[in-house]
Amino acid sequence: MSLEARFWHSRGRFVLDAQLQAPTRAVTVLFGHSGCGKSTLLHCLAGLERAAGRCRLNGTWWQHDERKLFVPTHKRRLGLVFQDARLFEHLSVAANLRYATRRSRAGAAEWNTVVELLGLGPLLRQTAPTLSGGERQRVAIARSLLARPEVLLLDEPLASLDAASKAAILPYLERLTAELAMPMVYVTHSADELVRLGNQVILMEAGRTLEAGPLETMLSRLDLPLAHREDASAVIAAQVQGWDEALHLSILRLGALQLRVPQIRPRVGQPVRLRVRARDVSLTLDPPGRTSILNVLPAQVLETAADSPGQHLVRLRIEDQILLSRISELSQRHLCLQPGMAVFAQVKSVALV
Amino acid sequence: MIDQADFTAAVLTFELAAISTTILLLLGTPLAWWLAHARFRGKAVVEAIVGLPLVLPPTVLGFYLLVALGRNGPLAWLLEPLGGGGLAFTFQGLVIGSVIYSLPFVVQPTQDAFTLIGRRPLQAAATLRAAPLDRFFTIAIPQATRGLVTGATLGFAHTVGEFGVVLMIGGNIPGETQVLSIAIYNHVEALEYGRAHVLSGALLVFSFVLLFLVYAINRRLPGRL
Repeated sequence: MSLEARFWHSRGRFVLDAQLQAPTRAVTVLFGHSGCGKSTLLHCLAGLERAAGRCRLNGTWWQHDERKLFVPTHKRRLGLVFQDARLFEHLSVAANLRYATRRSRAGAAEWNTVVELLGLGPLLRQTAPTLSGGERQRVAIARSLLARPEVLLLDEPLASLDAASKAAILPYLERLTAELAMPMVYVTHSADELVRLGNQVILMEAGRTLEAGPLETMLSRLDLPLAHREDASAVIAAQVQGWDEALHLSILRLGALQLRVPQIRPRVGQPVRLRVRARDVSLTLDPPGRTSILNVLPAQVLETAADSPGQHLVRLRIEDQILLSRISELSQRHLCLQPGMAVFAQVKSVALV
Repeated sequence: MIDQADFTAAVLTFELAAISTTILLLLGTPLAWWLAHARFRGKAVVEAIVGLPLVLPPTVLGFYLLVALGRNGPLAWLLEPLGGGGLAFTFQGLVIGSVIYSLPFVVQPTQDAFTLIGRRPLQAAATLRAAPLDRFFTIAIPQATRGLVTGATLGFAHTVGEFGVVLMIGGNIPGETQVLSIAIYNHVEALEYGRAHVLSGALLVFSFVLLFLVYAINRRLPGRL
């Protein structure tokens, strides 16, 4: 069960040379700068734009040029959330949703589930022009879900929202990605959204898909641009072990290690994903003495690489997970870090994603 | 105040305008849609032809129609099913003339409205499994209401006020082709200024009220400006 595609196209200076594989029950993030062809690729998947190539969903061809096969958009079972929402301005919120259910024959149960999932109950009677940007996007997502798609495509759904609306809508998206059993392709240029929502990453540059792989791997590969971004970070998985009420700290289990982080809500035993920025991890060869840093973890150096001028990146293994650390060129000269060396990683802060 | 002949002319005028406007909407809307969305060589030629009545003297248009629709005209065969005999000096001839004469007034606002809607909402509808015709009737038409109302009103008003084309192809047959503008002309010719005043005044008020209503209603209709 997956969406697979291969497209190529060249028009003037614009080149598209893309390969995509999006497994089900996963969010595949198409990541790259604005204008690198991510949206074009998504539109090709939806059949809204035409490039040479092939594309199939769960084994059914949507496009197969050699067989002269091209299924028009309205006959593809897909949901597409556009960056600009594209609500039907002449209809109310409820009528926008009904537009989808009438054609997909979605029933009352699906309606209720989706309306509840996206918190649309209070908005149903409003008309499209009265909604805020974040509300519009929630309606657009609900509408595409009510089309009963077999794949969900999201084209930078948060890009045109302000920070507050983004923060408000992200939890809805996270619930969505956790509950949906279909392939999702999510286009974005925001590393934040990538880390919070993605499972699989496809990097795109100048119309070409470069590398693809699981999020954790792709984030920490020193040969890829993700690790060299200013906000480079690693994502690690941990479990809630307990908390210290008096000190407002949660205790997380990371293999045999413990992490103490500012108190978080999840129940004991619940798995959590943590984002650790490379710039928040410093390294020391000797166990630090008295320090304000709460989390000092024994680690092994896997790889080092030059970063931006004066900076050095170190890929570390902690238990069986990967962490990145950004240190100065000078520190690297002092410490002479080599693959295989044992160090202590001092983690200044982590964020729950 | 208004005599039987003038009343007949008024009824005939509005009958002509109503029939022409209906035909114009049926023909003009698909034509406007096609012009708004199709990309082909020679599109400018089609647009220029549609727009011709805007600049062409009505007498010129009327003259060619008279020749084409006459008993032995090159288009007379088209009219065989209607009984033949040519359409010059008949009400049907007036309808055809009006439709051609008012076409740009309906097509242009409608085409502008369709262009303004653009492809975006239609693409969104396609992803919600709406087939092309479905998209046209559920998205394009409702969102283009302003353009359609404006087009229909202009087409109607323009037909009510037409003179040159009517005179050329319809002549001046009371109850058959004598419309208000011709009746006014006749009154003035006959120095019946009082009756000319009544009809002219009525047309002026009617036209103003019609346009006023359109602008007032259009402000409340969907369809971005």
